[in-house]
Amino acid sequence: MSNLNLFHYAAPATFYPLAGRLRPLFVALAILFGAAGLWLGLFVAPTDFQQGEGYRIIFVHVPASWMSMFIYCAMAFWGAMNLVFNTRLSGMMAQALAPTGALFAFLSLWTGALWGKPMWGTWWVWDARLTSELVLFFLYVGYMALVASIDDPRRADKAGAVLLLVGVVNIPIIYFSVQWWSTLHQGASISMTKAPSMAHTMLWGMLLMALSFWMYTIAVAFARVRAIILDRERHTDWVRALVRQA
Amino acid sequence: MFEVVLAVVRRDLKLAWRRQADIGAALFFFVIVASLFPLGVGPEPDLLRKLSPGVLWVGALLSTLLTLPRLFADDFRDGSLEQLMLAPQPLGLVVLGKVIAHWLVAGLPLALVAPVLGLQFDLPGDALAVLTLSIALGTPALSGIGAIGAALTLGLRGGAVLLSLLILPLYVPVLIFGAGAVDATLTGLGPQAHLSLLAALTVAGLCFAPFAAAAGLRIAVD
Amino acid sequence: MLEVTNLECARGDRRLFAGVGFRLDAGELLHVSGHNGAGKTTLLRTLVGLTQPVDGEIRWQGAPVAKLGEDYRGQLAYLGHGNGIKEELTPLENLAVSARVAGLAADEERDFQALGEVGLASRADLPCRVLSQGQKRRVALARLIRDRRPLWVLDEPFVALDVKAVSWLAGRIGAHVAGGGLVVMTTHQPVSVPGATVRELWLGERGDV
Repeated sequence: MSNLNLFHYAAPATFYPLAGRLRPLFVALAILFGAAGLWLGLFVAPTDFQQGEGYRIIFVHVPASWMSMFIYCAMAFWGAMNLVFNTRLSGMMAQALAPTGALFAFLSLWTGALWGKPMWGTWWVWDARLTSELVLFFLYVGYMALVASIDDPRRADKAGAVLLLVGVVNIPIIYFSVQWWSTLHQGASISMTKAPSMAHTMLWGMLLMALSFWMYTIAVAFARVRAIILDRERHTDWVRALVRQA
Repeated sequence: MFEVVLAVVRRDLKLAWRRQADIGAALFFFVIVASLFPLGVGPEPDLLRKLSPGVLWVGALLSTLLTLPRLFADDFRDGSLEQLMLAPQPLGLVVLGKVIAHWLVAGLPLALVAPVLGLQFDLPGDALAVLTLSIALGTPALSGIGAIGAALTLGLRGGAVLLSLLILPLYVPVLIFGAGAVDATLTGLGPQAHLSLLAALTVAGLCFAPFAAAAGLRIAVD
Repeated sequence: MLEVTNLECARGDRRLFAGVGFRLDAGELLHVSGHNGAGKTTLLRTLVGLTQPVDGEIRWQGAPVAKLGEDYRGQLAYLGHGNGIKEELTPLENLAVSARVAGLAADEERDFQALGEVGLASRADLPCRVLSQGQKRRVALARLIRDRRPLWVLDEPFVALDVKAVSWLAGRIGAHVAGGGLVVMTTHQPVSVPGATVRELWLGERGDV
């Protein structure tokens, strides 16, 4: 098999030390990009003449929304890998990403509420984007609840993967239906991001923050996947040897 | 090839017929939920008319959800699910048969009582017709998507609660187009667009969901 | 011909057995034994395709069963811990339903004959709910002999049967093997199957024939 090399790092025993070595790098990058993004967002970007200083929360809000969607797709990708190639590591990756994805979805909702209060005078509006984000958050919670209630890790991985694939097919449909619903019910005159009017510095700030969130996601996913590997492989010789060393 | 679908539909209908109490219970749940709402929000006809599409559709969703845990659980317990899975037929078609039977037993009756409940909410005649049609059109999608959740949670502790957690977010489009159709009739916009989208969801649900549910079943019995 | 090579199975994160291999030809019976929890049921479920092995391959007539799919399932009959019959239906209805799902033509005469052979002719029209454990098991056995599949995979087939039924079933299994069929079975009871080439598989620390 010529593609065996590709799967070399998919073995938990080889990935465990690799993830451990790479993790500090991603932590450093997350801090670096985060500092640059916050500096651009909080100090360089001009004060919005309509929204004042409050609008600066979008430097967290928008990248968090992006991340919550990316991470769900990434999890679905790992789920598909798990089902097709039966690689154990991909199931663990999907599980390791889930809490971070849910965190970003929640952060997006929370910052949306914080932004909404001064902007629209209310904590929550049934805006299409916010509503889709809420449904996405529910999808994350459902996935985590399903995986947590299955004792057999192999079954948990596979069942979770099926749910993720069903979810990823449904997300565009849900998004479209919510969009449709909100245009019919008026009140959708508010759009959360006005892309054309966005200044270059703002865009750069958001991109840097998104990069920082990416690096953070990878760093915590590596940490989590290492914990999952140790837990699942606790009966194997290499983990026993590792414990004896420590 | 479709004989197996028909065979499973006939099997499940026969079983449901021997256990009629189960059909009645979920149906009455729908009736009771719909009847509780006016007690909660007050008897004002205008308000009730405005709320009715959403209330009746959410009631239909929850009632469907109540019957889903047993879709595979009884067969799982007595070993007949294993026999169904070992039948020399594609498992997706077997599941499709179970989904159709579930719709006939749990979805179609909801559509039939819906107009009566619509009267309680002071819905005019055309809206009643659209309500019935939208529930009849949308519930097959609910059964199909629900089968995926029922398969994934098969045999788990707290499976029923977990099932609603997994499936309700996926029901959002059906709810929006279903309730939207009735709403559009009430506001004079015409329900055609909503109903065709609902039909599209049902077709897609019946084509793909049984195969996803079959994959879920294979994982669950493993 | 059923051929198993290097089979490994696990439950959760516990490995049940690894390196199990055997070859079963037409007219042979494989008796699988081992302590409780050694993985006998898992092995049988893996053979019929209900459980996925961690490693190894199962071949039927030279082709991997994963590829054969429905063609393989049409060749085997499985009797598990559950009887796979519906309590709400009568024995006759149970047989009719399973025939239809398997794609067999409806034939009440044939089904009734099978019920007669397991000694349930007089109970054919009672709901299975009122039957005893042993009688329910016999309904499942009636399905087994009605379907006439070449490969029988039987998990504790003698459970709940009375002495007379046990010896009848042992004879029936012997006849199936003598007629060129294959049987893989587990049993805790010391039952001798007359006239069959019996091979033993012990599932222990390491499985080998």
